[in-house]
Amino acid sequence: MRSPLARAEGLGSAKGGVKHWWAERVSAVALVPLTVWFLGSVIAHAGGDYDAVITWLKTPLASLAMIVLLLALFHHTALGLQVVIEDYVHSDARFAALIAVRLGCLALASAGIVATLRIVFSP
Amino acid sequence: MNSKPSISDVTVARRRPLSPNIQIYRPQLTSVLSIANRITGVVLSLGAVGLVIWLTAAAMGPRAYGAVHGVGSSWGGRIVLFGFTFAFFLHLCGGIRHLVWDTVHGFELRSIYISGWAVVGGSVALTVAAWTVSLLLAG
Repeated sequence: MRSPLARAEGLGSAKGGVKHWWAERVSAVALVPLTVWFLGSVIAHAGGDYDAVITWLKTPLASLAMIVLLLALFHHTALGLQVVIEDYVHSDARFAALIAVRLGCLALASAGIVATLRIVFSP
Repeated sequence: MNSKPSISDVTVARRRPLSPNIQIYRPQLTSVLSIANRITGVVLSLGAVGLVIWLTAAAMGPRAYGAVHGVGSSWGGRIVLFGFTFAFFLHLCGGIRHLVWDTVHGFELRSIYISGWAVVGGSVALTVAAWTVSLLLAG
């Protein structure tokens, strides 16, 4: 997104601001249909029991969409919480908080994907 | 660790005068929706944790799923889920408003207020609609 001239002259932030901004937008656009799909599906299964939810999650479309949702959701969450921490945490806890958010989001996304795959491949 | 003073060190050391901050301004739709987008984002991070707990319980089996489903179906659980639903729609509508702004559209003061009230009205309407349909389907 940076112009070739700005890049060549070394103007602007030398850090990852553009990449962060762009990734936040891309994940946001992806999350619009994914989250609406998820909410709509949960509402459709609102009265559904365990079997109904498992049957739904075992369909190829639902399991694929769920995994993409988890990736986009926790990427977006990590980017958003990073900005909140950078804005409000000025103590030495900032670095620890940034690492905790990044690792926490990675762990949660992984746990969600593993759970989805366990459901898909369960007998 | 390093010799560079942190931001807090500098602030304490110099006691610089601070420009008036949010506490002296009357809340406006623009500022309230701005901070609301950030607050709902943080709230929805907790909702994302709930999503992983729900998925993991479903993967563990009917008993674990039943326990999580029971918490979600309780009155306290429903109130929390209602709050998450409203936070979701506010962040969704506010996020779409931001994406439109990113295309350099809608920056006139009048447009800002029209889109702002659309976000408020849309979020309330979508939350009520989602719960109405959900409760009707659940019977």
